[in-house]
Amino acid sequence: MRKPKELKVKPIKNGTVIDHITSNKALHVLKILGLPDGKSRVTVAINMESSRYGSKDIVKVENRELESNEVDQIALIAPKATINIIRDYEIVEKWKVHLLDEVHGILKCPNPNCITNKREPVETRFYVINREPVILRCHFCERLMGEDEIESQF
Amino acid sequence: MGFQLENVISIKDFTKKDIKFILKEAEKMEPIARSQKTSKILSGKILGMMFYEPSTRTRLSFEASMKRLGGSVIGFSEVAESSATKGETLADAARVVACYADAIVIRHNAEGAARYISDIIDIPVINAGDGAGQHPTQTLLDLYTMKRIFENIEGLKVALIGDLKYGRTVHSLAYALAMFNVDMVFVSPKELKMPRDIIHDLKEQRISVHETTKISDVIDDIDVLYVTRIQKERFPDPEEYSKIKGAYRIDAKMLNGRDVIVMHPLPRVDEISVNVDALPQCKYFQQAFYGVPVRMALLKALIK
Repeated sequence: MRKPKELKVKPIKNGTVIDHITSNKALHVLKILGLPDGKSRVTVAINMESSRYGSKDIVKVENRELESNEVDQIALIAPKATINIIRDYEIVEKWKVHLLDEVHGILKCPNPNCITNKREPVETRFYVINREPVILRCHFCERLMGEDEIESQF
Repeated sequence: MGFQLENVISIKDFTKKDIKFILKEAEKMEPIARSQKTSKILSGKILGMMFYEPSTRTRLSFEASMKRLGGSVIGFSEVAESSATKGETLADAARVVACYADAIVIRHNAEGAARYISDIIDIPVINAGDGAGQHPTQTLLDLYTMKRIFENIEGLKVALIGDLKYGRTVHSLAYALAMFNVDMVFVSPKELKMPRDIIHDLKEQRISVHETTKISDVIDDIDVLYVTRIQKERFPDPEEYSKIKGAYRIDAKMLNGRDVIVMHPLPRVDEISVNVDALPQCKYFQQAFYGVPVRMALLKALIK
């Protein structure tokens, strides 16, 4: 196979390509996906040129097909990201991440006096009250959380 | 049906219709609250009181409300009496009290505690204050006081005075007053201003909101002075504190000849001079009484 010179990131045979990640957020995306995990082969490209958005990050995970509920959380960090599932070098599925109306479990409430930060058996729960920029409201203490506070957790 | 809520956790859960329903019901409860009539509508029902923080008015007025309606009360009034000292979680404690009671009233030092237990147990939960969070029954009795004195809450001009940054009662009250199109003035030292996100929410609802640091700017053009305590621990410098405290103190001279009422969630320390107590403008003790008919109306609406 001839290797095009302009291709900065090698195509993968099987796995998932997360494209159009907001530039410089790729490392946050890895954290959300629990990567690196010691065995997955992962390619990360930061600050690539993007005809659509000017610049972007890309993450490629080989031999792992991410499920939509796994990647929806990425929307918290990179609301314009697209997911491509690759089989035998072909894109077999492609979709845009979508921020759900509620975010469960992933984030910690920034209010230290929230009941979810006490020793109680409870999963955090936030309502998305604004999408761009992302603003969340804690179901329990009603405190608002903005993008800076969200990113600082990844 | 006027009231759809299963729990009373945050004033934000209420529609204007829910609030109006409770205020109307409270009026019917007044003769019972004053012991002019007796009632057995909650006879055989038990209210579980989980008070992890001390409280006098809120706890006693809930107890009075339940007993006035023929019901009875169990529970604890401080954390030392609860199993939390043995390391029991709030979740377990709430499940146990729910086995014995028909509704729970909770005061806790952590924000979100009431919402948390209402998600776990099947009986109604009433939030009697969660840390710096919500205290919805206080807001309802504040509104009821305004309604009883002025008949209409709509169109009033209300000044919220004192610690508007940390005071939980003023945050809930501001949201509730917005539902009634009340003009609000926030009077506070610059260190204790109303949080920006609340001002933003109110302006989005096209509510007229003004902010000032001086009571004298507003006192001639206001119906209600809602006074809150400025706590010493908010100021690192004791001298700064005493200077500020003096500037937000209401006294008889200030009220002389003015057609305004003075409300306060209590306990009052020295932000309202005792020489106001005998004046017709003083409504804070009446306000404390109104906690009983309002809580009776809530208990009746919640306990099936």
